[in-house]
Amino acid sequence: MSAEKTHLQSPCTLAPQAKVRENGTMSINQLVFDPPALDPMTSAPLRAVSSLTGPERMRLHDISVFYDGAAAVKQASLSIHQGEVLALIGPSGCGKTTLLRTLNRLTELTPNASHSGTITLDGDDIHELEDTKLRTRVSMVFQQPNPFPMSIFDNVAFALREQSRRRPRRRELEPLVKQALQRAGLYEEVRNNLDRPALRLSGGQQQRLCIARAIANNPEILLMDEPCSALDPRSTAVIEDLILQLRSDLAIVIVTHNLQQARRVADRVAFMYLGDLVELGDAGQLFEAPREERTREYIAGAFG
Amino acid sequence: MAATEPRSAPTPVAPPRRRGRRSSVRGWRRTDQLIFALAWLAGLGLCLVAGAIVIFLAIEGLQYLDPKLLVTSPSPAVNQAHSGGFLDPLIGTMTMALLGTLIATPLAVLTAVWVVEYGRPRWLAAVVETSIEMIAGTPDIVIAIFGLAFFQIGILAPFSFRASGGGVYGRSFLAAGIMMSLLALPLTYTATRNGLRAIPRHMREASFALGKTRAATIRRVLMPSLRPDIATGATLGLGRIVGSTAIIVLLLGATLQNSPQNSVPLLGFLRGTGSTLTSYIFFNSPAGEGNAPQKAYAAAFVLLLIVLVLNWAVARISRIGAGSSLNSGRMAR
Repeated sequence: MSAEKTHLQSPCTLAPQAKVRENGTMSINQLVFDPPALDPMTSAPLRAVSSLTGPERMRLHDISVFYDGAAAVKQASLSIHQGEVLALIGPSGCGKTTLLRTLNRLTELTPNASHSGTITLDGDDIHELEDTKLRTRVSMVFQQPNPFPMSIFDNVAFALREQSRRRPRRRELEPLVKQALQRAGLYEEVRNNLDRPALRLSGGQQQRLCIARAIANNPEILLMDEPCSALDPRSTAVIEDLILQLRSDLAIVIVTHNLQQARRVADRVAFMYLGDLVELGDAGQLFEAPREERTREYIAGAFG
Repeated sequence: MAATEPRSAPTPVAPPRRRGRRSSVRGWRRTDQLIFALAWLAGLGLCLVAGAIVIFLAIEGLQYLDPKLLVTSPSPAVNQAHSGGFLDPLIGTMTMALLGTLIATPLAVLTAVWVVEYGRPRWLAAVVETSIEMIAGTPDIVIAIFGLAFFQIGILAPFSFRASGGGVYGRSFLAAGIMMSLLALPLTYTATRNGLRAIPRHMREASFALGKTRAATIRRVLMPSLRPDIATGATLGLGRIVGSTAIIVLLLGATLQNSPQNSVPLLGFLRGTGSTLTSYIFFNSPAGEGNAPQKAYAAAFVLLLIVLVLNWAVARISRIGAGSSLNSGRMAR
């Protein structure tokens, strides 16, 4: 179904749309955002930056988030495009996780949180959408691998099942579950154990199951909140590979403490500090030639 | 690093040691030694007390425990050879346990889910919490006398029966069962609430983040991992129900035989009066009217067995739960 839709969006078809975006400039906290470098290869020596940036899916306009009136995020504006990985970096408490959780309105679960500004998803104000509908389109992977206490199959099927009364048959769900597990790179490891409890999987496998669960509904945007911080280096590498593969189908926003990781997976990087979106730029540019003093200091390890 | 060093000749492999040398208690401070010794003594003493109860009752009980006692009804006879067994009290105990648990468990679980997952307005959640603490601290005799007053209200006559003069009797399996559920409710509530609180917040958020409603999250994500907590709480509550005497004497009538209210099969029985093993033990003990200590011991042994089996079930259920519940999964990481 929608998997085919996403597969149709090959790099070639997306390129013209990407150009249109690159021609425009965006204002981020009075910073002028330059279009990405023409040749990404030169500016990102670590790996090829995705040149298949697709259409804009989400746009944040002057988003501020407050906890008990104190601003945790201050007037952040940015856009999120299909086909790219956007990394949010910054020291602890800088508001990056809060910003991430605002994108699928999880901050609303915190009773003392409020926000101002607008976020649009494909042009619709996300605060006008039903929260459950929004979250099937903007799904999330958490820091701790948190599969539900059910079988591997049911973990993915749970995500697929509608809130409707009628429960779809297992036979109907099977291909979709399989597809999600395949996309998350887990299927080969669990194909014979789909009915085993998910909690028996290793930490890395659990996290990939959580990714499978999150992408099962073919969301437009995948939010990842430090998805590798509880994992060993091998599992981290597997997940990072996965992120690079997944980005062609959806936009990924990842919060990470790990600057190396941001370098490895991100196409664009946003540096936040004390609630301010200090700098947003192409990954290579931000790491090699940051425009802001605070970014430079952070990347150099001066604070954080 | 080690790989670059030249290989030395293989040394003979020592047998694996469990642990290395440790400090001796003799080197400890005096007070620490004393408390260490007291801790050992306290533990051993408790084992002794528990063992003594079981052994004493086993000796006394098994001596008089005739399988026939389990299947014959008690009858009013001075001669102990003709006063029958304790089939009725046994059925009474089972009924009480079942009834009380069936009423208490859903109530406790629903309350715990509301308090932890919704809990708004806050003051109401606080009031609920305090109320349950109060019920937990109320002696069962107080609950019993309140129940008696309560079920003697005319409007509640269907729960027991109306005497010929029009007075409501207020005593029945139903009335006792409802009040018994108050004994079990705080235990099940606390176990469920603690289970819910132990589930990390990101687990709920993971479900919300998939576009699930709060209700679906509770039903499909939280409930499955709560099962061992609920089971543990319910079994603890069951133990309290099985052990209560006050409610039986005041609200069940503690009659010699279970006496159904009318001939309607189940309802008549539930509206009727009866007894349980606890009241049977009381009346047959030297303190009671029956004065048949042999039968009291036999019944006490059976009651002890029931409680021990329940305790074992709690341990079993918690262990089964340990493999599949969310909480243990989190701890394992």
